[in-house]
Amino acid sequence: MKETRKWDTRKADYLERMSGVASYINNGKVVTAEDTINVLEAVIRPFDRVNIEGNNQKQADFLAEALIKCDTQRIHDLHMVQSAVPLPVHLDMFEVGIAKKLDFAYGGPMGGRVAEAIKEGKLELGAIHTYLELFARYFIDLTPRVSLICAYEGDADGNLYTGFNTEDTPAIVEATKFSQGIVIAQVNKLVDKVSRVDIPGEWVDIVIESPKPFFLEPLFTRDPANITDTQVLMAMMAIKGIYGEYGVKRLNHGIGFNTAAIELLLPTYGEELGLKGKICTEFALNPHPTMIPAIESGWVESIHSFGGELGMQKYCEARGDVFFLGPDGTMRSNRAFSQTAGHYACDMFIGGTLQIDKYGNSSTATASRVAGFGGAPNMGCDAKGRRHPSDAWLKCGAEFTSQSEYLGPMPRGKRLVVQMLETFGEKMVPSFVDELDAWQLAKNANLDLPPVMIYADDLTHILTEEGIAFMHKCQSLEERMAAIRGVAGFTDVGLAAKAAETKALRDKGIIKTPEDLGIDRDRANRSLLAAKSVRELVDWSDGLYDPPARFRNW
Amino acid sequence: MSKQLHEIKFELKAHNPTDFVADFAHFGVVGSGDMEVIVEQKDLAGAVMVKIVTPVTGYDEVWRRVLERFVNDTGVANASLEINDNNATPVVVSLRLRQALSEID
Repeated sequence: MKETRKWDTRKADYLERMSGVASYINNGKVVTAEDTINVLEAVIRPFDRVNIEGNNQKQADFLAEALIKCDTQRIHDLHMVQSAVPLPVHLDMFEVGIAKKLDFAYGGPMGGRVAEAIKEGKLELGAIHTYLELFARYFIDLTPRVSLICAYEGDADGNLYTGFNTEDTPAIVEATKFSQGIVIAQVNKLVDKVSRVDIPGEWVDIVIESPKPFFLEPLFTRDPANITDTQVLMAMMAIKGIYGEYGVKRLNHGIGFNTAAIELLLPTYGEELGLKGKICTEFALNPHPTMIPAIESGWVESIHSFGGELGMQKYCEARGDVFFLGPDGTMRSNRAFSQTAGHYACDMFIGGTLQIDKYGNSSTATASRVAGFGGAPNMGCDAKGRRHPSDAWLKCGAEFTSQSEYLGPMPRGKRLVVQMLETFGEKMVPSFVDELDAWQLAKNANLDLPPVMIYADDLTHILTEEGIAFMHKCQSLEERMAAIRGVAGFTDVGLAAKAAETKALRDKGIIKTPEDLGIDRDRANRSLLAAKSVRELVDWSDGLYDPPARFRNW
Repeated sequence: MSKQLHEIKFELKAHNPTDFVADFAHFGVVGSGDMEVIVEQKDLAGAVMVKIVTPVTGYDEVWRRVLERFVNDTGVANASLEINDNNATPVVVSLRLRQALSEID
C-alpha cells in the first residue's frame, strides 16, 4: 500500500537546526572561533551520529576540543562514527557523556582507553572497521548527521582547500551533505580565494578559522639511523626472494622499519640484482621520506597517497611526474581512492605485525588495547573482486594449487600478502604464539570476534630472519603449520619444529633460508642503506624534504 | 635505578670441534637491544664455556638453544664466551657471535 508521509523531513530538520546559528554567522558562512561552542550546541542533538574528522595523520582537533566543552544537558549520548580516536579528547568525550557509542577504524595511542571505556560501560562499541569499510557504511547505515572536518584554507562561501592532506574529507563530506546533514569546517586560514577547490562551498555549512593549525602526526616517517642489520638482512631476502621472484611492480608498503629498509635498499641491493624497472614501479603509499633515494634513482613511476606526510609537501610538489598534483601544483591525497587502489590495483601488500599464531592469523591487538587496523586489512587480503591479470598476480595464483579444491581447473590469480617480522619483538616478546592475544581482548572488551588484521587464508608469505615461508604453496593446514614452525626461530612455536620436516619443506621450495636464496649474511649491514640518517634523506632530496623538528638532530 | 641481573652458565660441545685460534676477541656494545661478547681461548677438552649476564629471566633454554646452534654451526671449541646482554633478541645474539668470530679470521 502506498504510504502517506512527508519525504523531506531531513531537509526540514536541516533548516530548523541551521536557523539556530543564523545569529552567529557574520560573513557568508564564517563563524568566529569564540562562537564555536554555541554553534555546536545549536546544530547537534542528543543521540546524533557525529563524525569528527581524523585518521592516523590529520585531526580536526579544534572542533573536538570545542565539542567536549558543550553543555552535556544539550548534547549527550552521541554516536561517533569516525576513522580514528587517537587524541585524548576523543575518549574524554565518552568519560563526560557527550558520546556513548563508537564505530571506528583506528585507535592508535588511545587503544588502551578504548578497552577501558568499554569495560566500564562508558563506551558502547559498534564495530572496529577498516577505513574503507567505515566509509562504505557512511553511505549505507552509518551516515553522519553532523560532520566536523578540517582544511588548510576556507573562504566565506565555504570552499575548502584540503590539499596535501585531503585524506578522508571528500568521503565524509559527500556522505553527510548529500543526506542533508551539516558540515562544519575548521580551517587554518580564512582566505579570499582558496588555492584550489577541494570541497565545493555548497557542501559546507560553516567555516571557522581555528586559533592554531590542525594537528598532524608524521606517522610514516622512519629515521634510517634506527634500522638494524637484521632488518637489512630481511630486506635483502624480501627483494631477492619475493619482489624479484614474482616481479612485483604495483604494491603497498606497511608502516615500520622493515619496509623502510626495503625502500632504502632499492637503489643499492636492488640495482645490483638488476631489478630496476622490473619491480616497485607503482605504489599506493603515503609519501614515505625513505622512498626519496629510490625516487631520485629513477625507480618509481607513480605514487598515489592516502594522506600527506609532514615535511614532504615541497618534495612531492617538485616531483609531479610521480605524485598526484592538482592544477595549482600542490598534491592531493585521498584515502578512499588510495585504499581502493591498494585493494584492487596492487599485486602485493607487505607489512609487519605484532603476533602471528601457529595457523598464520596475525594481529596487532593486545589483551588490553582495542587499537584497530586502519587500512591494513584492505591491502592485506586477496581482493576477491579483482578480475584483471598481472604477471605477479598470475604467478602467485598458479602456485596456489590448493584453490583447485574450489575452482576445479579454472585459473585464477592471487595477491601476495606478506607479513615481515622478527621472531622476537622488543624485550624478547615472541612474535609467534600459540594463541593470539586478540582472543583475550575479545573476552576483555566483549567483542563478537577476536580482531584479526590478516587472516591465514589471505596470507601468502611469512618473512623472518630465519627465512621465507611460502604459505600458499602448502597443501593443508598441517603443512602450513609446519612451514610456520620452520621460520619461527627460537620461539616456542619454532622450537616445536622437527628438523626433518623443515628440511623437506626446504626441498619443496616452501621454506627458503638466506642461504637457499644465495644471500651472504656478512653483507647484511647498514652500509647497504642508500641513506643512513634523516640528514642524508634531506641531501638526496636536494633540500626539498623538510623533516619535523623531532627528526632533526643536526 | 638498578635492575637485578641474572646469570646463566653452561657448557657445550660442538659435533665437529675446531679450536678457537686467537687469545681473545671482543665484539658488540651493551646498548639497548644489543650485547657484547668476549671470547677467550681456554683449554676445556674441546668444550665451550658460556656465561651470560642478562636482565631478562625465563629464557635460559632459549639462550642454550641459540648457543648450541652457534657452536655446532661454527665448530668453535676450547673457548669461553662471556656475554653481557641488554635485551638482545636471538637473531642479534647469533649475529654478534658470528661477527666476533669473523673478527679474528
